[in-house]
Amino acid sequence: MSIFVDKETKVVVQGLTGREGQFHTRQCIEYGTKVVAGVTPGKGGQEMAGVPVFNTIRGAADQTGPDCSLIFVPPSFAADAIMEAADTGIELIVAITEGIPVLDMMRVKNFLKTCSSRLIGPNCPGIISPGKTKIGIMPAHIHKPGGPIGVVSRSGTLTYEVVFQLTAEGIGQTTCIGIGGDPIIGTSFIECLDAFEKDPETKGIVMVGEIGGSAEENAADFIAENLTKPVIGFIAGLTAPPGRRMGHAGAIISGNKGTAKAKIEAMKKGGVTVCEDLGNLGKLCAEVFSPFL
Amino acid sequence: MKIHEYQAKSLLRKFKIPVPEGGLAFSPDGAREVARQIGRAPYVVKAQIHAGGRGKGGGIKLAGSADEAYSVAGQIIGMELVTPQTGPEGKQVRKVLVEQGLNIKKELYLSILPDRSTEKILVMASDEGGIDIETVALKTPEKIIKVLVDPLLGIQPFQCKQIAYDLKLKAAVIGQFEQLLQNLFRLFISCDCSLVEVNPLVITASEDLVALDAKISIDDNALYRQKEIHELRDQDEEDPLEVAASRFGLNYINLDGNIGNMVNGAGLAMATMDIIKHAGAKPANFLDVGGGASAEMVENGFRIILRDEKVKGILINIFGGILRCDVLAEGVVQAAKKTGIEVPVVIRMEGTNAEEGRKILSESGLNLITAVDLKDATQKVAQLVK
Repeated sequence: MSIFVDKETKVVVQGLTGREGQFHTRQCIEYGTKVVAGVTPGKGGQEMAGVPVFNTIRGAADQTGPDCSLIFVPPSFAADAIMEAADTGIELIVAITEGIPVLDMMRVKNFLKTCSSRLIGPNCPGIISPGKTKIGIMPAHIHKPGGPIGVVSRSGTLTYEVVFQLTAEGIGQTTCIGIGGDPIIGTSFIECLDAFEKDPETKGIVMVGEIGGSAEENAADFIAENLTKPVIGFIAGLTAPPGRRMGHAGAIISGNKGTAKAKIEAMKKGGVTVCEDLGNLGKLCAEVFSPFL
Repeated sequence: MKIHEYQAKSLLRKFKIPVPEGGLAFSPDGAREVARQIGRAPYVVKAQIHAGGRGKGGGIKLAGSADEAYSVAGQIIGMELVTPQTGPEGKQVRKVLVEQGLNIKKELYLSILPDRSTEKILVMASDEGGIDIETVALKTPEKIIKVLVDPLLGIQPFQCKQIAYDLKLKAAVIGQFEQLLQNLFRLFISCDCSLVEVNPLVITASEDLVALDAKISIDDNALYRQKEIHELRDQDEEDPLEVAASRFGLNYINLDGNIGNMVNGAGLAMATMDIIKHAGAKPANFLDVGGGASAEMVENGFRIILRDEKVKGILINIFGGILRCDVLAEGVVQAAKKTGIEVPVVIRMEGTNAEEGRKILSESGLNLITAVDLKDATQKVAQLVK
């Protein structure tokens, strides 16, 4: 099993006709993802790669019944796009867009509390269940279907690195989720960990965090109390200076809060096996997860 | 994006928040002129740099007359001001704010910022104004009043009232405070701030509230819709290499190490910096060329890294996804030929078309050291610094 998505997930792409939207949608379709519709205001009635385009999510939902929306809309319109999808009742919203203003995301997040939708991202690579569906921008070929490991991460290319090392060791993945590098994001580490814990096919989890905020510390507490499956953790940013935003809007040490050192300590305390040398992560996973491989 | 105190105060003025009368000066003559226009001593002459703790370093001075404003401005302008936030090398002062000195009865603290953990807007206040709020938070957290504001509703009158009473303000000031906080919140939202801090907010002898100092930062992601504020950016306050990198659209931060690095993706870039440390060296920078980096971006990245004289070697770590490794390798070879790289370069590339990429690098005839994986890259960087 996979979490949040499966082979049958029907996807509508918001911002389908843009350069990024077109490119990545084609890649998703090639992977086998069921893309049923696209939305670009003003382009309703057109087609892209055989996918019908609608002016609004409502229009797309009425005719094609998607469960999931994948968002490539530019940052100035992305908050509105997320709310449109949520208001239409789309179950899962995956927002790839980077650069949404914090105050916009704050309004979106508080609006989402009144809806049943789950948001993944923004500023994330998306979600993939290898061999089943790819809803995002990650390179497909580095993944290995069949599990038994789940991957959850705040980063993009760093997740690819982790998945690549897992695959190189012959370790497959059930689902890989990028939760996003922004300060305000939809789905937290905890929600992903909880879903992996409940997924019978997932036997172990790799969790990749970075400096800024307290999501890793909160996750560590959750792991200590609720998880029976082994978790391997990695935190990026041990050498990051305080007060500077390290690329991701959320990756900043404020005052003495959000340091990699504090996160690593919290994770160790929560029972996570912390990898302190990224070059060795695959090998470490092979050791720790060996009972399930 | 940070802005100067004088710029923050002009925003406050725009939102009807009282600030001391004053003006900006770039020379001692200018400072005297501003003082004369104010016309009532004492004056305060304040260095305008993007760092706090200016008073401790001698960047804020009192003047009893316009002539004295001239002489203290002469001491401040041109000095390398060292504060706890500037680092040991300090920052050069290019301009001062000359203000009317006030008769202060009481100093308060007031700030507004987005709170990540609650996903709401946090208003903080304290009647221990004028001092470092992080110290107060650490030593006497009970002295900080916190109120969370729902971003969908905005600040409510009862919340302003609650803070005013918690600050134990006198009746004469409560109404003023409520209005001031409403206005400050409006500024915070309208200008897409990531921080508005008034420290201290003072109560004068005549029971007036005045923002004596102000610090405002703007959310970089919102600058596209804050064009007027974007123009307040002062590149003199930023690292010259970072300014040059931002012109190329590169996400670069200058650090004090000896190994330059170029990576695609912010998380992997941070992890690569950590790998350099693991190898016994120190990262000279953070550089994320982005997921869709072109050969031109790579070339510009090289130029920026090589302008840093501390750099003794470079590690390139690329995980090819959408960006193909062969395209990247071509970019690296072209850039190396054009810029004439004289320091050793270790390249690790993985992902889409990695084999083809490595072949291009090895056949280029350039002094490029290829690493097969991260472990190998770590060892090769370690050899560079031996």
